[in-house]
Amino acid sequence: MTTDLVIEAEGLVKRFGATKALQGVDLAVPRGTVLGVLGPNGAGKTTAVRILSTLLTPDGGSARIAGHDVVRDAERVRQAIGLTGQYASVDEDLTGRQNLELFGTLLDLGRAGARRRAAELLEWFDLTDAADRMAKTYSGGMRRRLDLAASLVGSPQVIFLDEPTTGLDPAKREDMWDVVRTLVTGGATVLLTTQYLEEADALADAITVIDHGRVIAHDTPDGLKRVVGGQTLEVRPAALADLGRTAAILSEVSTGAAADEIRKGVLAVPVAGDAALTEAVARLAGAGVPVTELSLHLPSLDEVFFTLTGAPHHEKEEVAA
Amino acid sequence: MTTTIATEPPRSNPVVPAEAVPRKRPLRLLRHSLALTKRSLIKTARTPEALIDVTLQPALFLVIFVYIFGGAVAGSTHDYLQFLLPGILAQTIATGCIAIGVNLNTDLQKGIFDRFRSLPVPRSAPLVGAVLGDIVRYVIVTGVTLAMGYVMGFRITTDPLSALAGCLLAVLFALCLSWLPVFVAMNVRTPGAVQGLMFALIMPLSFASNVFVGTDTLPGWMQGFVDVNPLTHLVGATRGLFLGTPIGDHVWWTLAWCAGFVVVFMPLALRAYRRKAS
Repeated sequence: MTTDLVIEAEGLVKRFGATKALQGVDLAVPRGTVLGVLGPNGAGKTTAVRILSTLLTPDGGSARIAGHDVVRDAERVRQAIGLTGQYASVDEDLTGRQNLELFGTLLDLGRAGARRRAAELLEWFDLTDAADRMAKTYSGGMRRRLDLAASLVGSPQVIFLDEPTTGLDPAKREDMWDVVRTLVTGGATVLLTTQYLEEADALADAITVIDHGRVIAHDTPDGLKRVVGGQTLEVRPAALADLGRTAAILSEVSTGAAADEIRKGVLAVPVAGDAALTEAVARLAGAGVPVTELSLHLPSLDEVFFTLTGAPHHEKEEVAA
Repeated sequence: MTTTIATEPPRSNPVVPAEAVPRKRPLRLLRHSLALTKRSLIKTARTPEALIDVTLQPALFLVIFVYIFGGAVAGSTHDYLQFLLPGILAQTIATGCIAIGVNLNTDLQKGIFDRFRSLPVPRSAPLVGAVLGDIVRYVIVTGVTLAMGYVMGFRITTDPLSALAGCLLAVLFALCLSWLPVFVAMNVRTPGAVQGLMFALIMPLSFASNVFVGTDTLPGWMQGFVDVNPLTHLVGATRGLFLGTPIGDHVWWTLAWCAGFVVVFMPLALRAYRRKAS
């Protein structure tokens, strides 16, 4: 066990009336790493983040951020953290700059310090041109960048990102991922919640899977993928007549299973890793089979849950209810 | 405008890994509250239409009540204007403070208050800041009411110092009374509920009082209520300070009510705010 855990939680319990949002959640994040907390809507991810960021008090268990207890020493925790997410947002009637300067003042940076910090962050997040427009006029991507900038005003060492890319288009999502990577390079410790396995895979050093308020798995992304099974290669040959030949070629690169026709004219096989994609391309080209679609997919969140719990999460929900 | 973030050189990394603990400086609550007051003021300046309740409303009420009821109630519209203006000022202050409750309740449902709560900021600062930001509204309501009254023929018959004292007392009363709607805002679920509940509280206060009529015409059972009604004391005090009518204990009772509102509803509101999330 690493001694340098920046985020530690043991047995967190939270109830809202009769609903048990968290039923004993443990989390551990070593300094300078990213923990991805993965789970469907309503799994308890946001509740966990709200407890760790001192917005909620747990009904049971304890948590420490940078060594400070989130209940007894909440003030010191607040000095160490930055929170961005569905809930912690900015004031839409203020401009981007006014928002950041307000948070700078509230963090005791002083008037000049707050102004300097705001300018720095606006520049870094490519918002300088929009700095003096009201936040309500920002596009979705700009809003997220301003939200994130607002949580970084106090140079926090621990950053909570609650579903930072939900609702963003793929290009904006990748930008956000680059930002997260840069923060970690700068020494920050990040806890990120997400509904996307792909996102956790792209950013996280470790993944904790939560469902119905419980941790159902904790592993590295690779470890989790080994459990869940690898990726899926999908191919659509240009001509339906080529389906047979394509299937034969795909079986050669697959982990064993035969090719399945998952949609009309589209074949899919399970593969071990990225290398299978180039292999398949080479073999299809060698055999002279033209294709119109070729893609590699990670297992979906549903598949992760199916493997870990033996049932898709929405069915389990009905059972639980 | 998509990918410049990634290509920025590392010198501009916004994270400082060392634990930066902000210095605790004295007057932190005041400084933070004032920062949040500035936020309220910027928002007020951006939405001048939100000032209708403290600009158009007192002017309309003066015109309607003076010209429709003046003759019947006082025999002369001018006499009634002299009598009514301090009352309309008090009534508009009482209805004008409903807005802070509605606004705070709306704010609570947005993420901005969670952001405040995740910062090392005194928990009371967002509420104190909002209340202080409303000073502007109450100064406006006092100015508009007096200006409209002046146009219609109202005249202060005391000295400027007394008149100023009357205005300050009205603004102070408004600030203290604000903690009631703030408290309500922390305890109900929707902005509409704040509006409804506050209106139900303010209506009897403004009518069962000396705002519109002399209290000697009211039935005896109602006079007991009228005599303790905080608006009665505020109107009695401002009438005395503007017109030289017998002032009695009205100033002291008004100040006592001010203290009462703050002592009771400020801690209750702050407690409710702290518990709101957990």
